[in-house]
Amino acid sequence: MADIIQVEGLTKVFAPGKDLPPLRAVDGIDFTVSEGEVFGFLGPNGAGKTSTIRMLTGLSTPTAGRVQILGLDREKDLPRIKKRIGVVPEASNLYDELTAFDNLVFAMQLYGVPRSERKARAESLLIRFHLSEKRDTPFAKLSRGMRRALTIAAALVHHPPLIFLDEPTTGLDVMSARNLRGMITSLRDEGVTVFLTTHYLEEAERLCDRVAVIVKGQIVALDTIDRLKSGVQQKTIVEITLAGADGQPEKRRIECNDGVEAAIQSLLSESSGQRILAVDTLRPSLEDVFVRLTGLSAEVMLSEKSGKGGGNAVG
Amino acid sequence: MLSDDLRGMYYIALKDLKAYYFKAPNISWGILFPFAFILAFAIRNPGDLRALVPGLLALTILFGTSSMEAIVIVFERRIGSLERLLLAPVRLPALLAGKLLGGMAFGLTVTLVVLVISLLTFGSSGVNWLILILALLLSATAFSAMGAFVSVAVKEVFEAQTLANFIRFPMMFLGGVFVPLDSMPFWLQVLARLFPLTYSVEALRAALSGGTWAIATLDLGALAAFSLVLFLSAVFTLAQRIE
Repeated sequence: MADIIQVEGLTKVFAPGKDLPPLRAVDGIDFTVSEGEVFGFLGPNGAGKTSTIRMLTGLSTPTAGRVQILGLDREKDLPRIKKRIGVVPEASNLYDELTAFDNLVFAMQLYGVPRSERKARAESLLIRFHLSEKRDTPFAKLSRGMRRALTIAAALVHHPPLIFLDEPTTGLDVMSARNLRGMITSLRDEGVTVFLTTHYLEEAERLCDRVAVIVKGQIVALDTIDRLKSGVQQKTIVEITLAGADGQPEKRRIECNDGVEAAIQSLLSESSGQRILAVDTLRPSLEDVFVRLTGLSAEVMLSEKSGKGGGNAVG
Repeated sequence: MLSDDLRGMYYIALKDLKAYYFKAPNISWGILFPFAFILAFAIRNPGDLRALVPGLLALTILFGTSSMEAIVIVFERRIGSLERLLLAPVRLPALLAGKLLGGMAFGLTVTLVVLVISLLTFGSSGVNWLILILALLLSATAFSAMGAFVSVAVKEVFEAQTLANFIRFPMMFLGGVFVPLDSMPFWLQVLARLFPLTYSVEALRAALSGGTWAIATLDLGALAAFSLVLFLSAVFTLAQRIE
């Protein structure tokens, strides 16, 4: 399949602040995104994810490098690129004072959707995103999940073949997050290419065809999830679930260096007589890959995000 | 590309008018505030009330265009919705021009109400209509551009209000609204020449009192220059800020 995004040597250096050196937020990264895939862009806070997405979508100017999107050069054809991409920023940023319907119509006006098509297209998007009943409700009065859904709908008003989703499920409850993941899957099924940043590794594992992991401005891994997993870990892991002192299940893991039986024995010897609730053998997860590549635990990544106001969305 | 820009300008202005400007408190405040000032001055110094009309009109345009304009952009930056406009296929100068148009349309609407009341009260004999229209349009552009510049120069809404008032209030007392420029000390007259309101009052005075183009051209030119410089400064500052 054709490459819909081609990035070569993309670099962003921020000017030095007071008593601060220049910040090399993105450091000469290369990658391509194929037409029709869901491409995940993962990394801890400050790794360069947002700087990259801002450069790709025209919100900020690269210090160096070359970007082609939909066959158009970012430097020369930015307005034409903007006309053909949809962007959902991390914050749901439609207009509080306008209704759900009016917000969609305003987005269509900006993107030049013909007047005769606007009403029907807005109604159809409201139905698709289960917002018909909220058609005349101001954006400010929608629930967080509905605001997110409407923000995604607004990015689709002009039928873009490529959509950028920046942390789409951050701060959503489990059901809203699940609905949004369903919407992302249906977009892919319709042939829309999705560039997705997320800090929920389980979400990336479920949705993405390929992922790039960015750390300190550099891409440290880029492949399909299966290949990344097999590259990181060949050994089986045994997980044992014990009844904790407070009644909560307590999980422990160990790599099987000397066989499964030895691993279980080793875990049991550390269990100090706790009741065994379950014993499982595990395949490596994307989380294992992430931990190996970044040196950070997934919990650290999540807590960094929740510190910024996000919530738990994986469900 | 130009058609995208023009369409974007139009719909951004329309959206701003609907979302922010045409709300009852804005309309009533936009009209009542200048009237209250002029009335207070007239009670203190009863005399030729007609002479106060150019100042009343200029104040109405100033507050009508710049009050909300100075807040809108910084507010949208804070809540992230300005980013939505920046992501659209509209270039930055067109985006800001759309914001300016919204402020101008609101300012001119409330000024029209004040103008009609003034003309009904004092009559329209001797009015140079072309100068009047140009003076109103250029004043609205200059004050709206000033509001936009204030709005992109700060990071918080309260800072925008403070900065806007820091500029508007000295301008109001030095711009010839209440006290003719000729009666001020020379150094205050020089200072007054740094403010667009001074030229707005003079141009409107020329228009309403049958003044000639020879008098009004300089004022209209100064207002056009203020508009251009403030607009370009706002574009440049916003471009720096969004990086």
